[in-house]
Amino acid sequence: MRTLDTNEISAAVYRLARKAGTTLSDSCRAALARALDGETGAAKFALETALENEIVAKREGMPVCQDTGMAVVLLTLGQDIFLTGAPLRDAVNDGVRRAYRDGCFRKSICDPLTRENTGDNTPAHLHVEIAAGDKAEIVFLPKGFGSENMSRLCMLTPAEGRDGILNFIVNTVKEAGSRPCPPVYVGVGIGGSFDSCAFLAKKALIREVGTDHPRQDVAAIEHEALARINALGIGAQGFHGKTTAIGVSCEVAPTHIAGLPVAVNIQCHCVRCEKETL
Amino acid sequence: MKHLSLPLTKEERLALRAGDCVLLSGTVYTARDCAHRRFFELLDQGLPLPFDPHGAFIYYAGPCPAPAGKACGSCGPTTSARMNTFAPRLLHEGLGGMIGKGEMSAETREALKQCGAVYFAAIGGAGAMYGNAIGKMELVAFPELLSEAVYRLEVHDFPLVVAHDAHGGTVY
Repeated sequence: MRTLDTNEISAAVYRLARKAGTTLSDSCRAALARALDGETGAAKFALETALENEIVAKREGMPVCQDTGMAVVLLTLGQDIFLTGAPLRDAVNDGVRRAYRDGCFRKSICDPLTRENTGDNTPAHLHVEIAAGDKAEIVFLPKGFGSENMSRLCMLTPAEGRDGILNFIVNTVKEAGSRPCPPVYVGVGIGGSFDSCAFLAKKALIREVGTDHPRQDVAAIEHEALARINALGIGAQGFHGKTTAIGVSCEVAPTHIAGLPVAVNIQCHCVRCEKETL
Repeated sequence: MKHLSLPLTKEERLALRAGDCVLLSGTVYTARDCAHRRFFELLDQGLPLPFDPHGAFIYYAGPCPAPAGKACGSCGPTTSARMNTFAPRLLHEGLGGMIGKGEMSAETREALKQCGAVYFAAIGGAGAMYGNAIGKMELVAFPELLSEAVYRLEVHDFPLVVAHDAHGGTVY
């Protein structure tokens, strides 16, 4: 048994949030730099601006994008950990609150009906999973809503199968067009239930851009979807070009014999994701 | 790259073509979803808008708070399509155009054409660059909307692409 004070989790959330808001993930930066190759005109201008923007953000100590997002926190907690201190949810929210205040991040969370802003970007969207061992892994994903708004979920029939999955992924990106800040990173959930499928799509965005799913048949869907999306020609910011998506990442889970849920969670070209293990 | 200074004359607006990359300087006003709803409430009551719309440019943006020593925080564009329900009426009130990201509707493009106005696309996600190019920021209306309030910004060399021009042309 290991004792862990939730203050330490709060401090880690703070560190991760500050870093995530002000930097692109390494794999995202590399993918954007690769996408520059062969682009011309406005699409090239958009990609150059995106890359230069991160340099300005670093130099000036500013968030890369003003949409510093909804704070998505995924905590994988070893079952041999005994938590002490403030309630876990309060500790996580406290880390978010302090990071968004000190980092001059925008507070973007509001009541869905009155639209009144909570003023401190809380509550965070906290997922906790219990795992073996005594380590705590924390992932911080600030999720902007220009791209979140373009995300979709569909309950396909089993008969629609692989083709149905591919068509739904490609059509979701096509319908989103220029709105979610392409080139996008496409997170896909396949299987599970209505709710867990959407979460799988979110988890898919944690994977490094440009890596394959370990299952060969799933990786093949990722490759085929990416090729078809890039053949759409939407391009960076919708200005036409070769790169509409920098990657497609799928996560799968067993589902019911009667169903085939598929969720597509769109991430803009500012892939910001940081993790730490305590 | 073409340098432009606001306010733009109608001739300057008409000379722009979809796909042109420009550096824009001058005064713009921020407004997002909530502020637009309030504009419509004012217009419906026959009341004036918080700024003179004639020739003015609205920037669809909600900035981050300003760090010490800066006029404004990170301040890139938001998705313009959400403002399609508002843009045509404001263009007919005299607006010179808008700045945002992503394609706008056929109705908005038609209004741009009728009014000789122009829609510029800023590069989404480049908030630090745009925020750093803002020399002055003043609150104009609706402070309770926080980052969604209406601010007057003095911008310097904003990198933009003419997305929908005054002739029905589009970059998308």
